[in-house]
Amino acid sequence: MDFSVNSWILFVLIGILISAVLGQSIYFLVRALKRAKVIGIKTETIKSTIISSAVFTIAPAIAVLVGVVALSKTLGIALPWLRLSIIGSLSYETIASSNTIQALGLDKGSTISNAADYVTVLWVMTLSIALGLILVPFLTKKIQGGMTKMGLKDKKWSEIFNNAMFLGMISAFLGYVFSDVKSAFNGEYEGLIPVFVMLASAVIMAICGLLATKLKMRWLTDYALPISLISGMGIAIPVTSWLG
Amino acid sequence: MSNKKELSYLESVHRDGRIWGIILCCAILIFPIIVCLIFGVFPKWQPLAQGLLATLPMYWAVGFIEIFTYVPMLGAGGTYLSFVTGNISNLKLPCAVDAMERAGVKASSEEGEIISTISIAVSSIVTTIIIIIGVIFLIPLSPILDSEILKPAFENILPALFGGLAVVFISKNVKLSIAPIVLMLSLFIGIDALTKNEVGIMVPVGVVFTLVVARIMYKKGWLDK
Repeated sequence: MDFSVNSWILFVLIGILISAVLGQSIYFLVRALKRAKVIGIKTETIKSTIISSAVFTIAPAIAVLVGVVALSKTLGIALPWLRLSIIGSLSYETIASSNTIQALGLDKGSTISNAADYVTVLWVMTLSIALGLILVPFLTKKIQGGMTKMGLKDKKWSEIFNNAMFLGMISAFLGYVFSDVKSAFNGEYEGLIPVFVMLASAVIMAICGLLATKLKMRWLTDYALPISLISGMGIAIPVTSWLG
Repeated sequence: MSNKKELSYLESVHRDGRIWGIILCCAILIFPIIVCLIFGVFPKWQPLAQGLLATLPMYWAVGFIEIFTYVPMLGAGGTYLSFVTGNISNLKLPCAVDAMERAGVKASSEEGEIISTISIAVSSIVTTIIIIIGVIFLIPLSPILDSEILKPAFENILPALFGGLAVVFISKNVKLSIAPIVLMLSLFIGIDALTKNEVGIMVPVGVVFTLVVARIMYKKGWLDK
């Protein structure tokens, strides 16, 4: 078959694969909804979880779509569509593809025209992130079993353990935000942009929290994270033109 | 009785999660083989080895640690979904954490398991649909998605996300937050070699460090209100 990065057969195969991935999400969603009813979780709580998760996802999903556009210049549309719909992230896919394109001696700005080059990139992108995919079916139960045992032994420590894990993750990302601030001492203020964005998002989140409790606007808590996320992203535009 | 029920639901989540996980893992790994067969080509072995050598060791090491870091936070259903659909730290995990926080449930409880699964499943479905719509309309949408004006907004999605999330968690765990934040700021500001690209490695470091600090503070009674 003649090769093209946007060959119809690639779209068909990837469409099937993504349908299966979508099927898994729908299956687990239906099961969790049924179980929620059985154990008496309020319909209101379920509704608010669904709506706010969907609203929250829109902005990051559009950012993923931006990644599809960026990668499509070299890899066509089909492969970035697959790669960014399954395990991985934009940073991983960009690094994996550019490492291979470099090894192939190709120009990063032009579209791959050769099937052998294309499958080489495809193999690297698939294999380099596959460990989680391979191990999760075998390790998840064991890890969760350990967590359940700990919870039964000492409930209070189990709660602190969970909070500590979240805080550990959040602290790593706070460090990430400050990673370029030192450049400000050399007169380059670009490194301060993420700091301002983070502070703006934090302030907006705090305002949402205050409004929700003081003015009893309970509905606001459902949208506080998407509001702070989108506001922070929006503020990044004037801040970048000011400091960038 | 409720404990027995909880175990049976979790057991079935693990059983189904394993089946789905193995099937999808095989499908994703077989896809490159099918593409090779359709176009009648083999990969170029030397660039393949070079590409793998430059990419695989780091991502396999991080991937291994990530399983132990994310499973307790995502719950069983959330883990089986997230490790197939990806974008965990920048989308699925914050989404689940926020949902559990608003619902007032703990990740280790059955309610937490259910809320986390619903939130991650919805997030995965919405992401997949948005990407499908985007791919269909890629040509008319490209100028907007690619525009220089919007570029800073998409580049700053993580600071915008974690600023909001940090307020919620730090305000509820002030004492426990101090040590990991001081450590991470010192490392990221102090070590030049530590750039934004290393955040994936630093998440497990932050988690393990915070757990050790939390254990010490808990044992000494410093976390009692």
